[in-house]
Amino acid sequence: MSSPARHLLRRNVWPAAAVFALWPLGAALGQLVNAYHLQIAVYIGINIILATSLNLINGVTGQFSLGHAGFLAIGAYVSAAVTLFVWPGGASQLTLVVALLAGGVAAAFAGLVVGIPTLRLRGDYLAIATLGFGEIIRVVILNTDAVGGARGLSGIPVLASFTSVYVCAVLCVVSLWRMVYSQRGTAFFAIREDEIAAAAMGIDTTRYKILAFTVGAFWAGLAGGLLAHFIGYIHTNSFTFLRSVEIVAMVVLGGLGSMTGAVLSATILTLLPELLRFGAEYRMVMYSLLLIGLMLARPSGLMGGAEITRWRFSSSTTAR
Amino acid sequence: MDQLAQQLVNGLAWGSIYALIALGYTMVYGVLRLINFAHGDIYMVGAMCAFYFAHWLGLADTVSLPGFGLVMLLAMLACAALGAIIERIAYRPLRRQPRAAMLTTAIGVSMLLEYGGQLVFGPDPKFFPQLIESAPVIRIGGAVITNIDLLVIGTALALMIALRWLVMRTRVGMALRAVSFSYDASALMGINVNTIITLTFMLGSALAAAAGAMVALRNPKIEPLMGLMPGIKAFVAAVLGGIGNFPGAVAGGLLMGVTETLVSAYISSTYRDAVAFVILIAVLLVKPAGLFGSARVEKV
Repeated sequence: MSSPARHLLRRNVWPAAAVFALWPLGAALGQLVNAYHLQIAVYIGINIILATSLNLINGVTGQFSLGHAGFLAIGAYVSAAVTLFVWPGGASQLTLVVALLAGGVAAAFAGLVVGIPTLRLRGDYLAIATLGFGEIIRVVILNTDAVGGARGLSGIPVLASFTSVYVCAVLCVVSLWRMVYSQRGTAFFAIREDEIAAAAMGIDTTRYKILAFTVGAFWAGLAGGLLAHFIGYIHTNSFTFLRSVEIVAMVVLGGLGSMTGAVLSATILTLLPELLRFGAEYRMVMYSLLLIGLMLARPSGLMGGAEITRWRFSSSTTAR
Repeated sequence: MDQLAQQLVNGLAWGSIYALIALGYTMVYGVLRLINFAHGDIYMVGAMCAFYFAHWLGLADTVSLPGFGLVMLLAMLACAALGAIIERIAYRPLRRQPRAAMLTTAIGVSMLLEYGGQLVFGPDPKFFPQLIESAPVIRIGGAVITNIDLLVIGTALALMIALRWLVMRTRVGMALRAVSFSYDASALMGINVNTIITLTFMLGSALAAAAGAMVALRNPKIEPLMGLMPGIKAFVAAVLGGIGNFPGAVAGGLLMGVTETLVSAYISSTYRDAVAFVILIAVLLVKPAGLFGSARVEKV
């Protein structure tokens, strides 16, 4: 076999394995589990998309955003508007794809609009400005009667399933991984480590920061579309600042900058409240105690910026 | 015109509450560079403590100003202790770690106080006893200033002056300023940094508790999630004024309180929650370090 082909094959082992895993996984899920488990699996998938996309902004590029729920909301509402008003009655998977893309693109556009003015702020000022934009988006939606306002938006066709969430999650993780661990992707890490030095090395820091922000917002919007078309009902209460904080907790617990860490901690933090159901009313108290305990035990996150790779645990900036 | 004056009074009362909470954010941020997400929940615990103290001490059915003073003082002490404990357990072990770690434990502590509060205090709203009967004191035209408004604004002002005195005129205050200026250098100068940070948390939490007790007096309905929105808004107020800056926090809080009341009175109460952030972003775009913050020159 020629060398480039082998190279391509080698680099695509994991994505290919992930894609082919869908078939037995889907069959197993259909056979063994009930609707409740399936719902948890879907939520894990959606949270994986949210955590990895925020990891691109917060972890890899080092721009602390607290407004991810705002992009989630835009994606959810725009995609729902597409299936409800623009293309009513379209119940095929094609409709879903169009709606998801519309949601993602709308969120990406919002990310661009929010990112251009705010990304010149630093550190905590950026965090609070993105928080502000997230809340403004929520309040504006709450006051828009065309999409239900305070009543929420109901009657969204339930088009998304485990399969669509799974496919999107795989696409998201693989594409983000490829983006970050490419030759140009090193620029994101460079900005995180030292913005001035990165600029001195000729990296257009503003461009890369906005790129990270826009791509992150796109995936958040797509996740919003999946959420809307899985539940069939959306309300602005699901997109408060607490939701953003939850996603930030996933990214930090996974280890800032670690994509596999984000996947891991998104899974853990979604499963945890369900596993703690035995504790009844103590459930969320235990959840918060565990979150504090995990952070105290692993201050750099579960993966500490490293990735789980095929060969070894390698440091994130050198993972290929 | 009368309505405007009335709204300004209400705005000032709310603004002083925001200012008290914002001071706690700014102080903690000054020494630790930490957004203490749990601060809004400490304000809730303050209101709850005041509620329980009032009942335990049998003051709930009597109308008395000293009674309220005592209850508020006890709530402040309880929250000061709580703040110190939280700092010791959740923040101190992470001081030399990446800042995001401390931020995440702060999120955890905030959730713990909210969910724990629902467990301990019950998820239903409680009604704070009428320790002081609301009565109009001053009338300017049609605007009425009640004794509670006066009490809130006066107490807040007194606490701010006391804090200002403590920070600017005492040795402890000097140490506090030194720690916010440079953590390492002040340690080298023989300042016990741990004590100062504990003290900062105690002071901030006590101020939040005072705010909580006074809010409970004004709007008697209290519940475990009441700290959520005021907490975020007070933080926004602190950033608005330039985080780490004391007069800035007070100015930001007052500005926020007044604008919010005006917006909910004249535009729409549903936009009330968004206006804080609109002001914030507008200010940050013009002055990226807040109203009173000084732009920091970045050196390579």
